Amino acid sequence: MVTLNINNKTYNLEVDAATPLLWVLRDVIGLVGTKYGCGVAQCGACVVHLNGEAVRSCVTKVSRAVGQKVITIEGLSEKNDHPLQKAWLELDVPQCGYCQSGQIMSAAVLLRENKNPTDEDIDAAMAGNICRCGTYLRIRKAIHLAADIQQKTKNG
Amino acid sequence: MISFTWLSSFRYTDKPGDTDPQQWNEINGYIKITQDNTIKILNPNPEFGQNVMTSLPMIVAEELDVDWEKVVVEMGPHDSVKLGPQFTGGSNSLRMYWKPLREAGAAARQMLIEATAKTWAVPVEEVTTKAGMLYHEKSGKSGTYGEFASKATGIPVPKGVKLKDPKDFKIVRNSKKNVEGLKIVTGKPLFGLDYKHEGMLIAMIEHPPAFGMKFKSFDASETLKMPGIKDVFSLKMYEDDFEQAGFDTRTFNDLLVVVGKTTWEVMNARKKLKVTWEPVSDTKDIIAGFGRKREVIVPAGLESTDTHLEKMKEYASKPAQELRKDGDPETAFKNAAQIIERTYNAPFLAHNCMEPMNFFAHVTDDKALLVGPLQAPGWTEPTLSKVLKLPPEKIEIQMTRMGGGFGLRAYGHYLVEAALISRQAKAPIKLVYSREDDMTYGIYRPMYTATYRAALDANKNLVAFHVKGGGIPENAIHPNRFPAGAVDNYLAEGWAIPSNITIGAFRAPRSNFNAAAEQSFLDELAETMGKDPIDLRLELLQRAKQNPVGKNNEYDADRYAGVLKLVKEKSGWNNPENKKYKRGVAAYFCHNSYVAHVVDMVERNGQPYVERGFSAVDCGIVVNPDAATNMVQGAVVDGIGNALYGGLTHKDGAAVQKNFSQYRIIRFHEAPKKIEVHFVQNDIDPTGLGEPPFPPVFGAVANALYQSTGKRFYNQPFISQLKELSKA
Repeated sequence: MVTLNINNKTYNLEVDAATPLLWVLRDVIGLVGTKYGCGVAQCGACVVHLNGEAVRSCVTKVSRAVGQKVITIEGLSEKNDHPLQKAWLELDVPQCGYCQSGQIMSAAVLLRENKNPTDEDIDAAMAGNICRCGTYLRIRKAIHLAADIQQKTKNG
Repeated sequence: MISFTWLSSFRYTDKPGDTDPQQWNEINGYIKITQDNTIKILNPNPEFGQNVMTSLPMIVAEELDVDWEKVVVEMGPHDSVKLGPQFTGGSNSLRMYWKPLREAGAAARQMLIEATAKTWAVPVEEVTTKAGMLYHEKSGKSGTYGEFASKATGIPVPKGVKLKDPKDFKIVRNSKKNVEGLKIVTGKPLFGLDYKHEGMLIAMIEHPPAFGMKFKSFDASETLKMPGIKDVFSLKMYEDDFEQAGFDTRTFNDLLVVVGKTTWEVMNARKKLKVTWEPVSDTKDIIAGFGRKREVIVPAGLESTDTHLEKMKEYASKPAQELRKDGDPETAFKNAAQIIERTYNAPFLAHNCMEPMNFFAHVTDDKALLVGPLQAPGWTEPTLSKVLKLPPEKIEIQMTRMGGGFGLRAYGHYLVEAALISRQAKAPIKLVYSREDDMTYGIYRPMYTATYRAALDANKNLVAFHVKGGGIPENAIHPNRFPAGAVDNYLAEGWAIPSNITIGAFRAPRSNFNAAAEQSFLDELAETMGKDPIDLRLELLQRAKQNPVGKNNEYDADRYAGVLKLVKEKSGWNNPENKKYKRGVAAYFCHNSYVAHVVDMVERNGQPYVERGFSAVDCGIVVNPDAATNMVQGAVVDGIGNALYGGLTHKDGAAVQKNFSQYRIIRFHEAPKKIEVHFVQNDIDPTGLGEPPFPPVFGAVANALYQSTGKRFYNQPFISQLKELSKA
């Protein structure tokens, strides 16, 4: 039995402690916003926050999350209004959309650590996230826009 | 403000085909309206990122004359009677649905008008509409579509209703946001892999480790002891003598299946299987697709890239099949003052959709329910019907959003596998491919080669053109495409080498190689002739327009020249300020649309980098401009990535690249800073955009690399040569 705190909710689960967090989220709890893309920490589709840090849930054993705070795309904002989510919608970033929750979760950590990232900062921070549709240009733009929204919200 | 995205998102039903509690009046297959004037439009075609979920309903809404912000969009069920051909492929969605959807919208509007006129007892001609409302000016009466929807269902469907003049479009040609945007950015279940069903088990297939292999025997005793595992069994995909349809690809026919409770448990338990593999002998495939029945012998053997390359060289020197001949190319080459000959090669490519192949199936004795990501349910359903021995009306296929497709999901083998597994397991199951399964299964973009030759006279005029192309297991040659029609003496030839590595459509099949090779060759030809590469193309197109050579030329020379002129202008091709960039240009026509690109390279950290791009596109009327721009930008990024890094190689039958750690995909820092997209403005009926912008990127990148490095790039992926150059 493991006890997890996911999106500020407590779960008591009968799972093998070695199971990757990804599959606990998707198959056991049913939070499917976190995606399976490669299983080897190469594509970033499965990024979640573990105590505020971006981790690849496909290679993170669930035992590592015990007693920690896990946030997934479903818990990123209460009212679907995280600056990144707003910016993504404003610029209509997604094509197929499959990688986008991982992109947003990676970008959220960047934006918290760096209030006004440059293109180079974005490229470096997001290097682990693949988008096969090639929406990289719009994601960059959306991160800049989200930085503006974040700034305005703070000042406003 | 509640935007359309939010509203539709809340109203979207997760199970396509479900009706809301309120009463829907179905005006026709695409349109349902409630009493309180909620207007639902069904998207007929599978969505894989090309944005048809938004753009196709926009077309209906335009002619129906409703307020787009109030429209609810839902994915339609698989119903070819009500919803048409329902396939995503060949950049056909807009092209094939443009007229039917306009007619559906216009006819529904007319039915609402007639029902209203009858109720108000006024002449039909005096009833007008605006944004979901009906008006009779003389009497001052007005009402909503919803009030008359139930009466409209009783009106006979009118024929030949007048469609709007494009100048009156209010929705089409205006950018509308992705109707599923909010669901995507909040992680709602949308994709096949997200689908859940009561009592659902997970199944995975243990594929042979190499093409040309199958299992001889297996011992599942350790696997069955693993937690969560329900069953291990083998089954046959197709019986012997099965007649495959055009999109029934069989890579591995004997399936070794592990069924369990969760994905991770099944993934783990698979590792405990003890399997003995053995080589397959020559296999006969009976293919009855595309209106002709033929037998194909799939050769035995464990193939490797090294031997593929040797074999391609050998075949390239043999006589080939003539595909088109104009004038007397042999004599023209014999008498030429100068001949340029270049050979281009490209590897197998894996589609690498971000969402690996998967499908849900629940098959019982008398019916089958299938849910998942698929480009063409209508192509797979007949196969399923044959394999399951169930009539089509007992088979329900529901289409989820696809995490990419790129052509791969037109081949429904994984759906057939899922159905057979469910029947055998007597349970609802979801078949899941791991990334490794997905990458090593096949149905790749074929391996191609082509040798281009051009004959010049003493004045450096182009007098003959020859292309001889081949590949494994098909050649890529489109004999009737440019520059056919622009050169007096022209010869196109093709050959092919059979293989047991399966291939299939990959974003702009064949074109994605041709545009790379031919457009690089034209660049080199222009240089040899002392001409600007855009000017040479324009001269040839002028010739093809004024005095075309031969018959069946597939392209419109004016539209082709149009995108070249537009990209020349928008990129500032002759502007001295752009001299700091190493520029490459290419253009191509395929899938009914015309695209030209200029890519601008700079040196960054000692490596060439495409910093910006300019694209000119003629796809007729652009239904949803911002989404269309997104698609073109994505195609440019995809093209740069595949040209530089894409490639799947084989050793002893096994794919060498099995995951993204070995198969390089373009990443953020390798994507340009800016890609400007410009559309030719005209009122031509829309043609597709998923594929046409992709092929010419390869040529533009190759040509920019030449400007950047002084070396021509003939072999994809170009990264290999770049690495060689860095060493030197």
